[in-house]
Amino acid sequence: MSRTPALLITALTLLTSSGCTIAPPKPWQKGVLAKPEMTMAGDVLELKLSEHTYSSKEAASGGFGVGGGGCGCN
Amino acid sequence: MNLPRSLVSGFGASLLSIGLIAALPAQALDAGQIAPPFTLNDPAGKSVSLESLRGHYVYVDFWASWCGPCKQSFPWMNALQARHAASGLQVVAINVDEKEADARRFLGEVPASFTVLFDPKGVAPGAYNVQGMPTSFLIGPDGKVLFVHQSFKDSDRKALDEKIAALIGAKP
Repeated sequence: MSRTPALLITALTLLTSSGCTIAPPKPWQKGVLAKPEMTMAGDVLELKLSEHTYSSKEAASGGFGVGGGGCGCN
Repeated sequence: MNLPRSLVSGFGASLLSIGLIAALPAQALDAGQIAPPFTLNDPAGKSVSLESLRGHYVYVDFWASWCGPCKQSFPWMNALQARHAASGLQVVAINVDEKEADARRFLGEVPASFTVLFDPKGVAPGAYNVQGMPTSFLIGPDGKVLFVHQSFKDSDRKALDEKIAALIGAKP
């Protein structure tokens, strides 16, 4: 068998693999993501209440949203 | 038969490329390194470069209007600027908002008595490889980074004050 199909498949895989990569936004590009309406929850108030319960029960806080730019400081 | 081997090599190569891409995010700029130059505009449209501040201690802070801890850090940076003005310390807060109007609204709520620069394209935070908001860099008169601080909490104030005072040789 010639090497052409092998090369072709290698080239195709290489070319298409870049489609699988997601370039995450840089910490300074999270202005839109930091908006309250961008939270995963449907209702912002409900999220706040459940976060409050969670942080008191688990003695842990932070890590919700990107208000602090993903540095875990907010 | 060549096909299975080609598949393996193809997938291997793609995995490698993904691995390389994943490995790209490097460390933020660290102490001892030369601070990358920048030239940006202040709210009045005046151009300010890091080069023009050579010979001074420069506290470069990267902030955004949507960043909660940044809001807490502004009063502290006002105090820092006031306290160490005589030692030649210059606080330079680089805003990374894409819309300048957002930054100006923030400055209306939280006044700044230090140099504020706008970098809507994110060139400077890219050069400094900022890993989170806010991140600040104390730069010595020789242009080298003295220390890096990421995030800001009110409880950080004392330690930061002491560290900065020790580094610039002033009273805290």
